[in-house]
Amino acid sequence: MSIQSIEQLNETHIDVLREIGNIGSGNAASALAELLQCPTRINVPSVRALDFENAVNYLGGPENIAVGLLVNISGDISGMMLYIFQEDFASRMTERLFGSRIKNLMDMSEMESSLISEVGNIMGASYINAIASLAGMRIDVSVPMLTADMVGAILSVPAVEFAKVGDKVLFIDDSFIIDDSEIKSNMILVPEMRSLDTLFGRLGVSV
Amino acid sequence: MADIVTVGIADLKTVKAPDTLATYALGSCVGVCLYDKEKKIAGLAHIMLPWSSEAVQNIENKRRYADTGIAELIDLMVSQGASAAGMTAKIAGGAKMFSVGSSVFNIGERNIDAVKKVLAGYGIRITAEETGLNFGRTVFFHGDTGIMEVRSAMRETKMV
Repeated sequence: MSIQSIEQLNETHIDVLREIGNIGSGNAASALAELLQCPTRINVPSVRALDFENAVNYLGGPENIAVGLLVNISGDISGMMLYIFQEDFASRMTERLFGSRIKNLMDMSEMESSLISEVGNIMGASYINAIASLAGMRIDVSVPMLTADMVGAILSVPAVEFAKVGDKVLFIDDSFIIDDSEIKSNMILVPEMRSLDTLFGRLGVSV
Repeated sequence: MADIVTVGIADLKTVKAPDTLATYALGSCVGVCLYDKEKKIAGLAHIMLPWSSEAVQNIENKRRYADTGIAELIDLMVSQGASAAGMTAKIAGGAKMFSVGSSVFNIGERNIDAVKKVLAGYGIRITAEETGLNFGRTVFFHGDTGIMEVRSAMRETKMV
């Protein structure tokens, strides 16, 4: 048997993905601490299968303006990862490093957008490295592509990909504690279904 | 009192004057607005992918695709008394949200292309178009006038 859509994932599969997320987030927290030069912790991420409308609503509704960072994954598994950073998350990063909040997400300075891209880069690499080392795989990630726009419009990009294989997407909530206050970010993972088979196969989880 | 009827992603709806159709935050998707001026019947389809024949599986939702979605919208409007021969179209969306080369990211362009081919196949003329570029759009399609109102985050609203 093989996995044809996200809907077919059972509790065990989700648990495995959560554990990967946990390790990945741990790596991300250390990397962020180094970048931001302040203590950074992370709570256990939640991993859920959500449909498009729910994912969009969870992210503040279709017209909410947020930053999207898209990373392509290739190698032993392939797919795409999309990070959504809300204005508060992005501003907390720039505040910490540059001393000022972002005035307009859709009109970021070059310094602001490269910082946000770097944060996305760090987080993406952390997750992917967790998967790669747990499953003994070679996985490459692309340089993140950044856009700031309506959440609904940003999500249409992975939506087109997951529409081919199902109605749901893997939705990961991260909650970081930076300098004693909590900030959240979200990640959407759109694996090719073949890749999920490969991943669970390597980890010895039956599909 | 006019109502606003929301059309979700990969969905389609119709209204009669004075009601308005709305679809939010089109990215690479294309909003296809059809209007019968005589009957004042308006239809809106939120198209996600170009051709149903390209579906790997999961084609139970035919409204996703330009060919099957537009066909269903026309049928629905005709069943409500509109005439296919009298319809005109306005389209919006099909943006490229992330600027890179690969085909996945040109899905907006492929959607626009498919929508145009399908409409041409039905002999339906496109009278206004707000497509392409790299930003999201929200569309309101007014059933009383057939005007398509296109809003985006950093740009002026267009009434076409």
